Amino acid sequence: MSNVVLFSRSQVNLVRLVWMLVALILALMTIFPLLFMVSIAFKGPAEVFQPNLVPKAPTWNNFVYVLTEVSFVRYLLNTFFVSAVVTVLALWFHTMAGYALARLRFPGRETIFVLIFSTFLVSLPVIIVPLFILVRTMGMLNSYAGLIVPSIFNAFGIFLLRQYYLSLPRELEEAAVIDGAGYWRIYWSVILPLSKPIVASLAILFFLANWNSFLWPLTVASDDKLWVVQVGIANFKSQYSASWNYIMAASTIVAAPMLILFVIFQRQIMESIKTSGLK
Amino acid sequence: MATDTNISTKAIVRPRAPGLSARKREMIAGYLFILPDALGLLVFVGVPMLLALTIGFFDVNGFGTFTFIGLANYRRMMGDPLFWQCMKVTALYVVLLVPSLYIAGLGLALLVQKTNRFNTVMRSLFFAPQMVSLVVIALIWQFLSADKIGMLARLFTFLGLGGVSLLGSPNLALYTTVFVSVWFLMGFYMLIFLGGLQDIPRQYYEAAKIDGASAVESFWHITMPLLRPTSFFVLLVSLVAAVAGSQAFDLIFVMTKGGPANATSVMITYIYQQAFQYSAFGYAAAMASILVVILLLLTGVLFLLTRGGRFDNE
Repeated sequence: MSNVVLFSRSQVNLVRLVWMLVALILALMTIFPLLFMVSIAFKGPAEVFQPNLVPKAPTWNNFVYVLTEVSFVRYLLNTFFVSAVVTVLALWFHTMAGYALARLRFPGRETIFVLIFSTFLVSLPVIIVPLFILVRTMGMLNSYAGLIVPSIFNAFGIFLLRQYYLSLPRELEEAAVIDGAGYWRIYWSVILPLSKPIVASLAILFFLANWNSFLWPLTVASDDKLWVVQVGIANFKSQYSASWNYIMAASTIVAAPMLILFVIFQRQIMESIKTSGLK
Repeated sequence: MATDTNISTKAIVRPRAPGLSARKREMIAGYLFILPDALGLLVFVGVPMLLALTIGFFDVNGFGTFTFIGLANYRRMMGDPLFWQCMKVTALYVVLLVPSLYIAGLGLALLVQKTNRFNTVMRSLFFAPQMVSLVVIALIWQFLSADKIGMLARLFTFLGLGGVSLLGSPNLALYTTVFVSVWFLMGFYMLIFLGGLQDIPRQYYEAAKIDGASAVESFWHITMPLLRPTSFFVLLVSLVAAVAGSQAFDLIFVMTKGGPANATSVMITYIYQQAFQYSAFGYAAAMASILVVILLLLTGVLFLLTRGGRFDNE
């Protein structure tokens, strides 16, 4: 009974081969649209709607056009600046909050944690109108502050960091406590260095999220000097609706840095998302 | 566990600020550490949430003057056929998207569950679209779905389904939108499911195998019950994402603009349109408040089902 052989060994291998083939076909179908984007970006206007994936006459002209004729470089710099500042500030504030929620004892801690956690499911489209009115009242429309400040705060990072700090052994800080270190010293010279792996993963995720964000920059900055790439590219589409070779070149420029980041850090990115659900 | 060591170390620590007990100092430090994030979340999430529930009772003009008008915005909503159309489309989008994501996410996770080099590459490929912004995703699919000359139109003609307009036909546009949403999001849910599958002890499967259980039986009697916390998480997150997610907004706003004939017009794009194209902030907020209520109910359910966000047995 315990050793019922349902399949012979060669049948098991066959099943496994079919399984792998299914995975491979689905995976190729999944990335096909991305490959196509890159392919069109290198095609001349006459070749755009040809079904060949490899351009017959590859050209850099589309990229040159996008980078010189449109203020795309400015959008790229804006995006880089905003994403970098948001990432650094968010990590600073979230590590502090995560440390306090995991380690320091103060009245109301659990209530504050539950309140923070409950903002987890508030999504931007729902609060976009009041947030816009609020930011306008604060005089931050059409400013870098308006682009940056509201994007810093999110419960996801705080939650993950708190969970991470809960898992750290307390003994590491206690040595510092015995040395008479204050809480800021413990945070700065014990907690932060210990957070390197998770902070690195979160930095990638935050930068990625801000690089790709569209709705808030679209709403807060109507001045095209402050546009980020996503807003620029959506606008580009409405201006050059038929020039798919330009649109896809612009899309490739916008997507390439993140795809490269992914190739380098795929393990860290995927691991931190994998654990974000439950741990 | 650490309480007694704490007491002993506390005794050694020389108070740095005379007059403050160690407990007081820890308290003050705690509040100061949490202050930037707590304040930021309060101002940029908490207050907007409360405002979202109340601005609907006001008329807000372009200069930010509020006039109380009671239930007028809500009455207008009841008589606005577009509001009901958007509610219907939102519900349909949710009903189509949430189960598809669940099945696609779990299916992919099972497909690449075994950790080996081949599957690691496959996982990355499935996840890759997540790296790209929804604006770019929307543009790519617009291009692929272009009538007659787009790659998908060619494929459909090849399959004998010529003349199909994927984004141009009101009957198909929503299905195309759901398809693109699943294609984009499935890699994320695959990872969440992989995390859940990883936590199921292998011995259970081995024991079941010895008892003669088939793979299908193991799936229904071991995998599914032990995956329950993951399933709750996935269903609720995907539900919220489908009702009011930024990604849904970006995709629909850029790919279809809610068209054709409002066939893909969901609540969040209609709210945006009312607020930022017609400056009807009060009316937009009134509609948003309905969504806030729906989201609050969902959050409440999540808390009840998962004991305050603790998915483990802490």
